[in-house]
Amino acid sequence: MSRMRRRIILNQTFKYVFIFAMSLALIALSVLIYRILSQGLGHLNIDFLRQYPAPYPDKAGLFAGIMGSLYLMLLIAPISITIGVSTALYLEEYAAKNKFTRFIQTNVQNLAGVPSIVFGLLGLTFFVYLFSFGYTLIAGALTMSLLILPVIVVASQEAIRFVPNEIRQASIAMGATKWQTIWRIVLPAAIPGILTGSILALSRAIGETAPLIIVGAAAAIYTIPDSLTSKYTAMPIQIYNWTSRPQEEWQYIAGAGIIVLLVILLLMNSIAIWIRNKFQSRY
Amino acid sequence: MSVAMIDEKVEGEIVEKNSSIFKIEDFNLWYGTNQAIYGVNLSIPQNKITAVIGPSGCGKSTLLKTLNRMNDMIPGVRTSGQVMYNNQDIFRNKQMVEELRTQVGMVFQKPNPFPKSIYDNVAYGPRIHGIKKKKVLDEIVENSLKGAAIWDEVKDRLNQNAFSLSGGQQQRVCIARCLAIEPDVILMDEPTSALDPISTSKIEELIKELKNNYTIVIVTHNMQQAARISDKTAFMLNGELVEFTDTDRLFSNPKDKRTEDYITGRFG
Ligand SMILES: Nc1ncnc2c1ncn2[C@@H]1O[C@H](COP(=O)(O)OP(=O)(O)OP(=O)(O)O)[C@@H](O)[C@H]1O
Ligand SMILES: [Mg+2]
Repeated sequence: MSRMRRRIILNQTFKYVFIFAMSLALIALSVLIYRILSQGLGHLNIDFLRQYPAPYPDKAGLFAGIMGSLYLMLLIAPISITIGVSTALYLEEYAAKNKFTRFIQTNVQNLAGVPSIVFGLLGLTFFVYLFSFGYTLIAGALTMSLLILPVIVVASQEAIRFVPNEIRQASIAMGATKWQTIWRIVLPAAIPGILTGSILALSRAIGETAPLIIVGAAAAIYTIPDSLTSKYTAMPIQIYNWTSRPQEEWQYIAGAGIIVLLVILLLMNSIAIWIRNKFQSRY
Repeated sequence: MSVAMIDEKVEGEIVEKNSSIFKIEDFNLWYGTNQAIYGVNLSIPQNKITAVIGPSGCGKSTLLKTLNRMNDMIPGVRTSGQVMYNNQDIFRNKQMVEELRTQVGMVFQKPNPFPKSIYDNVAYGPRIHGIKKKKVLDEIVENSLKGAAIWDEVKDRLNQNAFSLSGGQQQRVCIARCLAIEPDVILMDEPTSALDPISTSKIEELIKELKNNYTIVIVTHNMQQAARISDKTAFMLNGELVEFTDTDRLFSNPKDKRTEDYITGRFG
């Protein structure tokens, strides 16, 4: 009897603890969003989206940042998804299940947790200096591709593992080769999961600042990139630059930039969730 | 049923004439260090239904999967002895394993359609073997679905996902998918064990009909099913083939004590 009571009381207590914790998180988030909206909304208009950076707040815009981020994405997405999905396919479908594979596997997972600044340093050493790309678009894109590669590999592996073995067997039993089975059965069945993971990973790349600063994305850019070796900027770089200026006016501009970035992130995440829901419950 | 009354001893010669399509000789199989099949000798007659029965874990599925070399995919599998398919050793001849599998099709225990439309499921086999023409594919799909006795139920919904069908319908689509590669032999591993009685009897009818054009080897837990549909029955126990003879004979007059115990339900 009293035991039962204790369990019920404990149950209630934990419920309230969790509700409290969640409220804290929600309050912090609301304050943040309120501040950004109240500061930034007033400066958010078409001109802000169309103008290049400028020395005066009312002339400054995010255009170079938006285009820079777009070009980065156009490079990062194919590079990281191709390499990531191939790696995942190799690990899941071809690699022997031995110690070495497990070692690789663990380290891929660990890489997903390495701070982004470390990838920035890696990019600086390899792409900027060793390959002599300098502070260029391609160096930035390759660095960011490395950064999200582990996430894409892990997400793709999960999606591939989720494809039931029975349908692989069905395909093999009809005389399909392993590659035909992977290409026509496994990949199509895994694509929703791969896409969801990749979009989430890309949305991480779009918001990252530290590695880009290290591999030399510049703030004062007045053109859009026209080649792989162009100088470039990105949305978070512009925003970071504005927030580090002393005049209050710049903070509002930064707020407007953050709103644009947030909207893009939310959009990408919604697309990921939409894809996941659309293809869920197929097995 | 001309072979039905022929005695075991003379079967050797008769089988040549009636052409046994598979001839398994002194066959052993190990999973790692675990032996699962012990010295099996078995001739599977063409255009007949051969049933394999026996208690759980006795090696029925293993033996069946040997015939289209699906065991190859399991790491650590070793074999000895030989399996002749049309007088060619399937483990040693130059024919590619993919080619063997287009001649020896398989239907699994659990219906396992691809997450694709009914049409794409059935067209899968022809497509991987290089057929692209829509007209040819259409024809193969229709004939295969008709052959699997499911055409009338799905002809208006060929573009729907195969998962939208019932379990029994899915299994018949899987049979159609198998027919589409025009195999000579169809292996079935407990094809009705996941199905309700009505779907089961539909599939049994279908299997009997398929006998005219295909050799069928069916593993089943259900002895009545073996008795109802098969011409020959093999009884396995602990990886050994205990008895193999005409189905009527095996059930009415088993030679081996262990067979008798099993079919009278004294164990297993
Ligand atoms: N992939 C595998 N790896 C290792 N051992 C296996 C494997 N598959 C089967 N075995 C073993 O081989 C023996 C025969 O298994 P098999 O699946 O052929 O039996 P079965 O007669 O089909 O049984 P059931 O009627 O339950 O399906 C069993 O002892 C089983 O544990
Ligand atoms: Mg079995």
